[in-house]
Amino acid sequence: MRVRPLALALAIPLSTAVVARAQQDTSRGVRIGLTYQPGTKPAVVVLAVRGTMGDTVQAMLQRDLDYSDRVEVIGLPGTSAAATTQQLAGNINYAVWKSLGALAAIQVTLLPTGMHVSLHDVAKGKVAQEQDFTLEGAPGSDTWRLGVHGASDEIERWITGTRGIAQSRILYVRGGRIYVVDTDGADDRAVSDPGTALSPAWSPSGRLIAYSVLTERGWRIALRDLTTGQARWLATASTGLNVTPVFSPDGNTLVYAHGEDAGTDLVAVDLASTGPGRRITVGRGTDNTSPTFSPDSRRVAFTSGRSGHPEVYMADADGSNAELLTAFDFGDQNYRSNPDWSPDGRQIAFQSQINGQFQVMTINLRDRSVRQLTSEGINEDPAWAPDSRHLVFTSTRSGTKQLFVIDAESGRTRQLTHAGGSRLAAWSRILAPSSK
Amino acid sequence: MRSHARLTPIAVALFALLSACGKKQEPAPPPAPTPAPTNDDAAARARADSLARARQDSIARAQAEAERQRAAAVAATVGVLKTPIYFAYDSDVLSDTARQALDAKIVILNANPSVKVRLEGNTDERGSDEYNLALGQRRAAAGKRYLTQHGIADDRIDIISFGEERPVVEGHDEAAWAKNRRDDTSITAGESTITPTMTR
Repeated sequence: MRVRPLALALAIPLSTAVVARAQQDTSRGVRIGLTYQPGTKPAVVVLAVRGTMGDTVQAMLQRDLDYSDRVEVIGLPGTSAAATTQQLAGNINYAVWKSLGALAAIQVTLLPTGMHVSLHDVAKGKVAQEQDFTLEGAPGSDTWRLGVHGASDEIERWITGTRGIAQSRILYVRGGRIYVVDTDGADDRAVSDPGTALSPAWSPSGRLIAYSVLTERGWRIALRDLTTGQARWLATASTGLNVTPVFSPDGNTLVYAHGEDAGTDLVAVDLASTGPGRRITVGRGTDNTSPTFSPDSRRVAFTSGRSGHPEVYMADADGSNAELLTAFDFGDQNYRSNPDWSPDGRQIAFQSQINGQFQVMTINLRDRSVRQLTSEGINEDPAWAPDSRHLVFTSTRSGTKQLFVIDAESGRTRQLTHAGGSRLAAWSRILAPSSK
Repeated sequence: MRSHARLTPIAVALFALLSACGKKQEPAPPPAPTPAPTNDDAAARARADSLARARQDSIARAQAEAERQRAAAVAATVGVLKTPIYFAYDSDVLSDTARQALDAKIVILNANPSVKVRLEGNTDERGSDEYNLALGQRRAAAGKRYLTQHGIADDRIDIISFGEERPVVEGHDEAAWAKNRRDDTSITAGESTITPTMTR
């Protein structure tokens, strides 16, 4: 049965301002300084949930919907309405919800197998949609959490027509190890052995990851299965510098940067075969790193120093038809790098040096218009979320390197990590519930 | 023991010299009416032993001093071999100072053929972490190219890049950055065989 999204056609004003203004941390859920036009985001209330994990489930749903930047969550902790909604747990009271300005109310009942969700249409005074969600794994486990995030994403689709991105994870580097963390900052844990590791990347299925490891002989590329914990070295990357591995979206190819005595070039390896890699850039002694694929696996963008300083280039996946992407003057600084291709194929995010500091930028591939998304501190390594709207990036604005998530449409920014030295993030696709 | 055997003829010669000219140093033994040959031999042996020990001590001290100086000279040689060379921002070009430092290393490498080294390329913290690994690799390769162009065998020099991952100075200004843009040299074989080498 098709569910018509409750919201009116959302007219979220696309920010055409060059610099996004909203840089404050809004993790408490109370926005200061941002004004939203009424009616541009549907307001919902998430009722308190009975049961041992009830508070956890309610908090997860509230955060996921808030972090989507498509839904206004009424009654987040810290606001006066919270007390009211707590009292309403389990009680259907359309009049009170209407007085709170809610368009919809989300009612969750925990079951032995998972949870039952009812979405109430406040104006119509009845349930508009309901569904049972199976939650696998022990309550509170990473599999269980991923299942709750999946329910959030589906509820968001009921409300806005667009599925959410909470059911995904982010890899990053801290203290020489690769970590994985949920999109709400929970379940932060190491997935590589102690040592010196960089450049994590997700396979399309989310089951495999690739990253670089410093060994006595040089930098090698490790492939690790997150489900089994088994890891192996990429055989072709056995000497010299091997860094910034990425999987093609079709899962067939791994491309990485390889350097020995004469510059660093991109090499493509067929994952199904054991043959040698194919060099796809002819660097002539210059450096080429940080490849990123278009969603149809046909094109790559990457950083290259071939012009004398780092810029972002695009080429066919075999390296032919290379063209300069960042062909513009941006102040008097010449350093643009670390491209990431949006999952919908329309934009490339990158970092650009402006007034001595790096900032996160996006370029629209259709009209080549450029937007600057950040302005405070040093901001690097942007990586797109599955919705091609949010990005995770590294910022020094809080004093140490931390990961932040920004909504490219509204500019709303939140801090994801809290242990200093967090950097080099990669955002997975939507992960199936059976993924660990 | 070996030195004692060597010393004995010297001690004897010394004793002969001393007894020939320096009787004032010792109280003259009272003339014995009939000196027993055993007593004289014992005294002579005692004096020889004492001279031998003194001789041994001074030679040992001289040897220890020579060892210290040699160790210091070896350490200085190793120090020259391990001296970092520095680079300008975003560059792998060798400055004159860097070339001179590499020239000194070449002399040492030529004089110590079993020594192998690893050049480690580093960058300051600015810019892409991963692009800095490539830049560090280029800096190490530049140092190696200079050495091989001046006759050092290729298989004696490894290179590796640490990018911005191993700063020697934590800081966010040019003073710190300049110290981090460097090639370090570590010795991977033959360090114990290094002999003091003049590099000028």
